[in-house]
Amino acid sequence: MLEIVLISSLKVVVIMAAVLTGCAYATYMERKVVARLQHRVGPTYAGPYGLLQPIADAVKLIFKEDIVPNRVERITWGLAPLVSFVPALLTFIVVPFGADIELFGRQIKMVGSDLNIGILFILAVTSLGVYGIVLAGWSSGSKYSLMGGIRSSAQMISYEVGYGLSIIGVILVANTLSLRELVEQQASVGDWFIWRQPLGFILYLTCAIAETNRLPFDMPEAESELVGGYHTEYSSMRFAMFFMGEYANMLAVSAVGATLFFGGWQGPYLPPVVWFILKVFMFMFFYIWLRATFPRFRYDQLMAFGWKVLFPLALLNTMVTAALVML
Amino acid sequence: MVTIPAFLIVAVVLFGIGTVGVMISRNIIILFMCVELMLNAANLAIIAFSRALNVVDGHVIVFLVLTVAAAEAAVGLAMLITIYRNRETMNIDRFSILKW
Amino acid sequence: MNLDTIIFAISAVVAVFGAVMMIGQRNPVASVLYMIVSLVAQAVLYIQLGALFLGAVLIIVYAGAIMVLFLFVIMLLNLRGREDLGAGSPLVSKVTKFVVAGLFVLELGFVVWSGVFPDSGSTGIQSSASEFGSVKVVAELIFMKYLYPFELASILLLAAIVGAVVMAGRAAVTETDESDDDDPVKEQTVDEVHD
Repeated sequence: MLEIVLISSLKVVVIMAAVLTGCAYATYMERKVVARLQHRVGPTYAGPYGLLQPIADAVKLIFKEDIVPNRVERITWGLAPLVSFVPALLTFIVVPFGADIELFGRQIKMVGSDLNIGILFILAVTSLGVYGIVLAGWSSGSKYSLMGGIRSSAQMISYEVGYGLSIIGVILVANTLSLRELVEQQASVGDWFIWRQPLGFILYLTCAIAETNRLPFDMPEAESELVGGYHTEYSSMRFAMFFMGEYANMLAVSAVGATLFFGGWQGPYLPPVVWFILKVFMFMFFYIWLRATFPRFRYDQLMAFGWKVLFPLALLNTMVTAALVML
Repeated sequence: MVTIPAFLIVAVVLFGIGTVGVMISRNIIILFMCVELMLNAANLAIIAFSRALNVVDGHVIVFLVLTVAAAEAAVGLAMLITIYRNRETMNIDRFSILKW
Repeated sequence: MNLDTIIFAISAVVAVFGAVMMIGQRNPVASVLYMIVSLVAQAVLYIQLGALFLGAVLIIVYAGAIMVLFLFVIMLLNLRGREDLGAGSPLVSKVTKFVVAGLFVLELGFVVWSGVFPDSGSTGIQSSASEFGSVKVVAELIFMKYLYPFELASILLLAAIVGAVVMAGRAAVTETDESDDDDPVKEQTVDEVHD
């Protein structure tokens, strides 16, 4: 009993530390890659190649004044950054990041918790992610925040439908809800579910971008229209929490995408964990690339695209997959 | 050892809170949520019974109840928006005239 | 006092606490938040009873969709919990509702009392049945034995969607007659925010 608790808490600590570091360096990666794509060099001063930039950013944000505007609803306002951050972290609990290993004579699964309803857990946690933004928008008492919050809640509810449906295709093919079994079924490159669910993958990618509020779907923030959207009134560490939350969310959907469609940690020669990280950062690179390439959608275009294009396509994909599985 | 009656007691208490809330609350949004709470308490009781009898059929019933609750919330909130536009209030006592 | 009991005690207390706080709030957003807390605790109780699938569905459907809808409506109407609910209810109705509520609480107390000290011995839940309540078992029941109720539920949902759109959309059309926008619902949304 004590051993189980000890192993579990150790796993959680390791996963948390890894994700937080990943978030910090995702910001660095974003700045560097976007800079390169725009013919700039990006951060260079802090450390070699600017590698200490995330730490410098963190220190700066910690020492900034924590401004609490007059019209905010204090408790909700303080809670919102946390609420946007925690669900993203929770996702990583069920994502497997390596093969089972023997350590001190006992089998240790390289996954926080091997739930047999792992995918449902991910969907549940993802659906909670919207609260942070909604609460921040409502409790700030500012019209820009409120508009950002309303936009985002509508957007995230709409795209969650497509997100869930695109995953259902994979579930139908794999016949399991456990992420560990999903990875085991994709042992070689030919078994990757992307080959059997190409449309599902494209839908997943699109919906995931909308879920994480990234460009070209970053309606809730839309600097040029809404100042800063839902986090207009936040400063200092509270803002940093939102920032981290966004990157943690990106990492989460990347990790889930890599697990569902690209065989998770499976790969030759290199250790599994390295393969997993490589695949996740391939997704991240794609996100950043998109950000540097595409302009922002207009809000009504975004909603129309979600409901009139993605949703029917996702339904079609589910139906065709179900029919093929039946045959 | 957690016994089935323990779960039933929780269900009863939740249902009671929901009912009292429906009776006391004047804010229609809270009243609405109390109805949802009552449905959930009933669900908890059904699941507890289904566990006690070792039959999974109860889970299907709960699933259907969840669907009904979702439908109810959608229609109810649409009504709420329409009424609020006309009455500018959330007070349930002002909604006694079923016509606008 | 094993792990199961501790988890049960915590989630039961949190579920009841969330529910009590929910009805006591003046601010609707705080109410919704307490409701979510209560729901998450209830999902834990579901899972303890072996209903893994339903626990997940409860979070996805209730916390992830219905409660977001509530918040969305609150934001759309821009309620901040400070608006006057108007004059209180008439004295007769006030007295009646508190008396009835009090009687009801008494009755519940009696039920709980007789539940805590049952006459017959009751058995605890066994954690042996791993297949019980799993997605596979529930899915087989839904799609085989209870297919017709399931289909009926989907028709009910469709009817609810149509009803909701018609109801919320009609008011918007009458209020924004002059505007050229081809999507009246969205137009109304933006109008509300500007207020």
